[in-house]
Amino acid sequence: MFGLTREPIDTARIARSLQRPEDGALVVFEGIVRNNARDKAVRFLEYEAYESMALKKLEEVGAMARSRFDIRDIAIVHRLGHMEIGEASTVIVVASAHRGAAFEACRFAIDTIKEIVPIWKKEFYTDGEVWIEGAR
Amino acid sequence: MSIKVLFFASMADAAGTREMSVEAAGITDVISVFDRCAGEHPALESYRSSVLLALNAEFAQPSSPVRDGDEVAFFPPVSGG
Repeated sequence: MFGLTREPIDTARIARSLQRPEDGALVVFEGIVRNNARDKAVRFLEYEAYESMALKKLEEVGAMARSRFDIRDIAIVHRLGHMEIGEASTVIVVASAHRGAAFEACRFAIDTIKEIVPIWKKEFYTDGEVWIEGAR
Repeated sequence: MSIKVLFFASMADAAGTREMSVEAAGITDVISVFDRCAGEHPALESYRSSVLLALNAEFAQPSSPVRDGDEVAFFPPVSGG
């Protein structure tokens, strides 16, 4: 399951829907809106995406994770729009028979999202706002 | 006929628009679309060395051929997750 949403992400529901009786490990990762960045207090974030391409790229990340690691399934959801401190911007759930592959695939997925999925974050501070650009 | 151009994040701010239409005449490849856009919106010029290029929602090269009706997107390095 791969998706973009403008609503709060229900992590537990995604995890429950992914899990099957043959799974021995379920790794859940949430990327969370943090109240600080670059030595500044962050009030909230906004994310925007090139939505048609971002969805394709999330599916591509999932396909790469499945081909590289011995996992059964993976779900990735990224939220867009306004997010408050403490809310999840990204949820990744990986299901597999054993924990090692699940942890590795989850780490691979979030790292690859940050490289190839066209989504951008804008940080809002008390004294202004800045679009964040990733490392190229 | 024309080519649809999309800008995202700080490049949409620099262009002053999220979307524009470029006349296809004289357009050969992705970088020629960028040249045309930067001609109209000079603030885009500072992104020339860092811009990521997409053609029909897939990453592209400066030399990727562009045809009438294509969708080209320009954006800074991604920062999702």
